[in-house]
Formats: sequence, structure tokens, C-alpha cells
Amino acid sequence: MSLDLNFLSTNLKETLGAYIVSLNQAQGELTMVARASEMLDVFKRLQSNEHFYFDQLTDVCGVDYSAYGSEISESGMYLSDEVTENLFKHRFAAVYHLLSVKNNVRLRVKVFAEDDAAPRLNSVVGIWPSANWFERETFDMFGIVFLGHPDLRRILTDYGFVGNPFRKDFPLSGHVEMHYDPEQKRVVYKPVTVEPREITPRTIREENYSRH
Amino acid sequence: MPEIKNYTMNFGPQHPAAHGVLRLILELDGEVVERADPHIGLLHRGTEKLAEHKTYLQAVPYMDRLDYVSMMCNEHAYVMAIEKLAGIEVSLRAQYIRVMFDEITRILNHLLWLGASGIDLGAMTMFFYTFREREDLMDVYEAVSGARMHAAYYRPGGVYRDLPDSMPQYEKSKIHNEAAVKRMNRNRQGSLLDFIEDFANRFPSNVDEYETLLTDNRIWKQRTVGIGVVSPERAIAMGFTGPMLRGSGVEWDLRKKQPYEVYDRLDFDIPVGVEGDCYDRYLVRVEEMRQSNRIIKQCIDWLRKNPGPVITENHKYAPPARAAMKQNMEELIHHFKHFTEGFHLPVGEVYSAVEHPKGEFGIYLVSDGANKAYRMKIRAPGFAHLASLNEMTKGHLLADVVAIIGTQDIVFGEIDR
Repeated sequence: MSLDLNFLSTNLKETLGAYIVSLNQAQGELTMVARASEMLDVFKRLQSNEHFYFDQLTDVCGVDYSAYGSEISESGMYLSDEVTENLFKHRFAAVYHLLSVKNNVRLRVKVFAEDDAAPRLNSVVGIWPSANWFERETFDMFGIVFLGHPDLRRILTDYGFVGNPFRKDFPLSGHVEMHYDPEQKRVVYKPVTVEPREITPRTIREENYSRH
Repeated sequence: MPEIKNYTMNFGPQHPAAHGVLRLILELDGEVVERADPHIGLLHRGTEKLAEHKTYLQAVPYMDRLDYVSMMCNEHAYVMAIEKLAGIEVSLRAQYIRVMFDEITRILNHLLWLGASGIDLGAMTMFFYTFREREDLMDVYEAVSGARMHAAYYRPGGVYRDLPDSMPQYEKSKIHNEAAVKRMNRNRQGSLLDFIEDFANRFPSNVDEYETLLTDNRIWKQRTVGIGVVSPERAIAMGFTGPMLRGSGVEWDLRKKQPYEVYDRLDFDIPVGVEGDCYDRYLVRVEEMRQSNRIIKQCIDWLRKNPGPVITENHKYAPPARAAMKQNMEELIHHFKHFTEGFHLPVGEVYSAVEHPKGEFGIYLVSDGANKAYRMKIRAPGFAHLASLNEMTKGHLLADVVAIIGTQDIVFGEIDR
């Protein structure tokens, strides 16, 4: 498999050249970072070029990098620190997992959304129809807007939900809870009463900790 | 002329044929479906977010609760992701045990699917037959892990413990006299492997029984042949995997194409459909049960001959033996650290996928070096399948929607996560 990856990464460098921001091989997997402005060109090539022929989009995953590498956790909320800001220039990324059924090879493409306050990326529904729900989910969970998506609605959260639950500044216990109101005879929302508690604190150890 | 307009119908979320909490908004022209809009998320529990707040080990039991009819396969993808990122070696015996339980899980899943979609299409008897066999496999789960469904048996580095040497026995009660208890305990006299072997020997004839009921059944064929046809190209483009993809004639199975664990040492075939309709997907799944049975038999043979450790000796990732812990300070510290702080994974990202009974089940793990996942994404096969419901049902009759939901093998635990 790793031989295939070397072959693939050479091909990628030849065909895509300047489109590639970085190309990294680890754990037998190839990760490519592309720019948001060029993402559609890159994906079109990846799909149609016979060296790649990535005919299936297996998954789209949103990532919020705002707390990456920070271990300060207060009542279940992660606070970003300066280290993180230097690690990643942008907060949100969408990670696309591509699979070529024909060539039996996988590729991961990561695209960072350039605007942290209003993250926007281009939709790839026109290239792979399977992106439809995956992008809706990413929009729902992270608030990344996919431009050109035919039907960008929330998908997993409740009707009328406010917020983007998988962002790192969204508390695990949420903001509202539901209960039955006997007066109004219906289920209503009220501010959450659950005390956030963390059983095991999040820790990051120095490099050689416990390796002797 | 009366005014003709499309009729919008709400299907679910509480409907026996919806296989859980699916709400469908169907736009009908007479009895013909014009548009289907599935509303999902009624079972959303935020598993991925919860996993960010739990140590890696604490998140294992969440995996069982994703696709709650193929529990161990979910765990498998997760522990494989951890092992891949941490570079943990898994002993051969543990790999064989995992493969055997993956296939037991596949049979469990397909049996439930067969029974449930039988009921959907009016074949009530199937359910009783398939649940009879499921009962035995549930007992296998229980014997090995203590739980009949949510096993949490696979652990990073291997499996929780070795296969037991004895099976639990039935006891005499108000409803079972001595003779009945003796009969029920007949195949429980030996080890767990004996019990599984007994099952594997009789299972092919059980599958024959199912097939005599359905395969040439006129009503079954009327309800499934030519329904929900998907072309191979379309199936790939829409993200289909597993039996949904193979039913359309694409020969794609991760166990063969990207073998993990010991699948490359085992002898089995991959059934493929021709037409891409519900009937072909039914045939594919039935044949998969027979192939799984073959794999189980090979695993039993190997496991009988090769005793050995079932979990890694590296105590940074797996707890030490109980006895060692009582005599050795170092082991005690390992145990304490393992169950309080948990282990840390190196910085990086990894995607690991298994051939789950429903398709490709993948875990994408991002680690920043902490004792908890920074981000965990579950790639659920059913999510991509359900996304295609609109396309698959367009132009079909309302009754066929039920057949198509059935053929997709929908389980909301994994779709809503």
C-alpha cells in the first residue's frame, strides 16, 4: 500500500503542482492541503484524471482547530491559547476523504476556510452527489457555509436549534433543555440546569513522558 | 375538471416500517412518490462531541451504541484507529478472535435485517426464524463479554479477555422442567468455541430454511424485483458501500481490497448482484451470511490450535494482569494511570475503516497529543445510503418506499450518531 502512496504522491505533485499547499504521508495515509479558492479545480482534477480517478467521496468532516493543543479546560469548555493561533492560521477546516474504487487508493484533502467569523467553502455536490448530506451535517455542526449547495438546511439538530454544537466554544451540556410544561400543555425549552462536570481532565504531556 | 395537486404526507417518526425514528416527508402524485425528504437527527446524541470529552478508553462503549445491531464491528473501527495512530501491535490470536466476532456480528446484523424487512413486506414468519438464531449469537456475546448487546469487548491492543472454557447453563425453573433444561443445555457442555462450532454447523441449513421461504416466493419477488434499481456508477457516486454497492454489481469489499487483521489468510468469496435492485441486495446479504459462516469455521479451527495472549503486553495502552498488579508496584501505577488519566496518542490524524455489515464504517481521529480525541468523526454507511432515498424512491409507489427503506438496512444509532 505504501508503494502505491509514493506513486500517488508523485503523480499528485506532477499534475496538481502549485495547487498543493502541503502533502504529507503518515500512518500509510496521504493528506493533502488545498486552498479554499482553488478547491473546486483541485477536486475536479482528482475526480476525472485517470491517474487518480477518485470516484467516491467517502466522508466530509468539519474540524474546529481553535482549541488545538490547548489543555486548559474549564467546566467542559476549552479555551484557546496563543499556541493554537500559531499552529493553524485558520479556525475551521473541512476534511474530505476520497476513495478510488478503480485504483483502490485513498486520499485525504483538507481545506481551511479563510474567514474565521463566517467560514465559507465551495460545495462539491456537483462533483460527488454524496457530498449533499455530508456538507449539510458540517454546516449544521460547525456553521461552515457551502456555497452552491442546493439545499443547505440543518440536518441532525432539532427544528429551530440555535448554535453549532461541535464548535469548541459550545459547551457539552448545551444551552437549553426541554421539559413538559403542564400549564401550556406542551414541551418547552428552558436554560440548561445541568452543571458541567469533567471526570477526567484533558492533559497533554511532554514528548517523552512515560516512555523509558 | 377537479383540480389535481400533489399530496404531501408525513411518514414517521413513529412508524414500524421506519426502522427507528425516521421522519419522511413524502410528496405524492396519487400513489406515486415524487419527492422524499428524510428528516433525521431524532436520535442524535452527539457521540462525536462526547468522545472529545472522554478518554480514549471511555469512548469505546459509545461505539456499541452507534449501530446497535452490529456492535463489535463499530468497536473494531475505533480500536483500529487508535492502534494505527499509536502503532500498537495486536497479537495474532486477538486478530482471529476479532475477525470471528466481526463475522458473528455480520450474521447478527443480517439476521435482524432479514427478519425486519421480511415483516415490512408481509413475511411475518421470517422474524421468528431469524430471532431464533440471533438468540444463540447473543448468548455468544454474553459468554465472552458479559453483555448481550453492548459488549465493549474490543480494546486498543486486543480484546478484553480470552474466550471462556465453559458456557453458562440454563437452570430448572417454573416453566422448564429437568428434561427441557437438559435439552437446552445439550450444546453448552463444552467451551465457547464448541458452542459456536455447533452453531456454525447447523446455520447453513437454517439459511436454507430462510431461502425456501423467500427466494422463490412469488410475493417476495413481486415486492423486491426491479424495485430501487441503482446503477453501479451511480452507486459509487452516491457513496454506497457494502451490500448496497455489491448489489449493484461492484466488486468492492474492504476485507478483500484493503485487508485488515487476518482477512488475507482466510478463504471466502464476495457475492455480487447483477441488477442492482432490492432482490439482488437480498441475495447478496443471504450469501454473505453463508460466507461469514465459512470464515467463522476457519477461525474456530485456528483458535483451537493456537493459544496465546489476546491483548498487548504494552501496559501504556492496556491494563496489566490483576495478579501482577498485586505484587508489583510498577504494574499498580500502570493500572492507576490507565484508568484515571488514560493513555495519550501521538499528534496526528488517522482514518481507519472496516467492512461493517452495512458498508464502510470509518473512524477519523484527530489527536493533538492529549488523553482525549481532539476530533472524532464517525463515517456511518447508513448516512450515505439514506441520503440517496429521494433518488431511489422517485417514481415508485408508496408501498415500495417501505421496501427501499428495508433494503437500505437503516439503523438510526449510526445515522444520527
